[in-house]
Amino acid sequence: MKTFRADLHLHSVLSPCGDLEMSPGNIVEEAYRKGIDIIGITDHNTTRHAALVTRLAEKKGIFVMTGAEINTIEEIHCLVFFENTDTLTLLQEYIDDNLPDIHNIPKIFGHQVEVDEYENIIYEEKRLLASAIRKSITELEKFVHLNRGLFIPSHIDRLKNSIYSQLGLLPENLNADALEVSRATTIEKFAQVHPEIRKYTLTRSSDAHQLCDIGKETTTFLIEKADFNEIRMALAGKGGRRLITA
Amino acid sequence: MRITDIIKELDLKVISGNSSITNEVTGGYVSDLLSDVIGNAREGNIWITVQTHQNVVAVASLKDLAAVIIVKGLQPDSDTIEKSNIENIPVLSTETDTFNIAGRLYELLNKK
Repeated sequence: MKTFRADLHLHSVLSPCGDLEMSPGNIVEEAYRKGIDIIGITDHNTTRHAALVTRLAEKKGIFVMTGAEINTIEEIHCLVFFENTDTLTLLQEYIDDNLPDIHNIPKIFGHQVEVDEYENIIYEEKRLLASAIRKSITELEKFVHLNRGLFIPSHIDRLKNSIYSQLGLLPENLNADALEVSRATTIEKFAQVHPEIRKYTLTRSSDAHQLCDIGKETTTFLIEKADFNEIRMALAGKGGRRLITA
Repeated sequence: MRITDIIKELDLKVISGNSSITNEVTGGYVSDLLSDVIGNAREGNIWITVQTHQNVVAVASLKDLAAVIIVKGLQPDSDTIEKSNIENIPVLSTETDTFNIAGRLYELLNKK
């Protein structure tokens, strides 16, 4: 068993709030430079950069968890990850079917552009990706698990777009693979106020929107090798796989 | 004023939690952030929201609210209905939006 350092929550330039320098190429370079073994590509309500990040990261020996940060109808941000291109395509279709047709205004919300490995803009997303999809957190969780994905409500400590801000309490029987505690606090501090979070596996990631923030907070996995199923097992604490808390 | 009077005056539909609809209402609160409701709603308030999640009932019960009005004809989740019957929290529904139902409720509660 080996340790792998993971930053599972990154936004590329495709997210309206993502910095223009957050191209797939730059993200991979920065993660490599900082010695991060596993990265999650989690743009707001889109998976369009997942394939390119994966391809570029493979060359550097970095494993990519592909997914998105979905904004539910309650305006709760949730990280979702899928194992292969088939299920990731299902996720993109689910988003396309449920994202309201509200147009982005780049001057206000920021640019939503897809770039190739040479930093050329190849697509501009017209719909505002910051919108809430027309599905509840309960419906999203069911969809994710039906397709063998992983479901991790984001930055649960934050005062906006978190499960606590929107729903007040941790829902009974919440079927989450983990909960993410943001880098604005620590697990210890937040668990003092909400000890009930200890029932869940707790991850930390950077939620980077600019290059310098990549790796500012990470989760260390004790697993055999860096792949989706090993990470799934570690989150569930199965087969000796687990998270190592600093 | 009792919840039953408000149901009649505002033409609300009773979805669940019928056992407590004779309770007294002390005032109203409007918010879609449940964390805000926990912090600021007062006992006996009738709460107007777009949220349909089961935590609506958990929060209403925690704060001893009189009832919840779900607006715009939104249908509460099935576990929300189930819970409201257990916790005795009336869940009411209106086709109207928050602005209009809150205005009418305000008028009704402040009528002399």
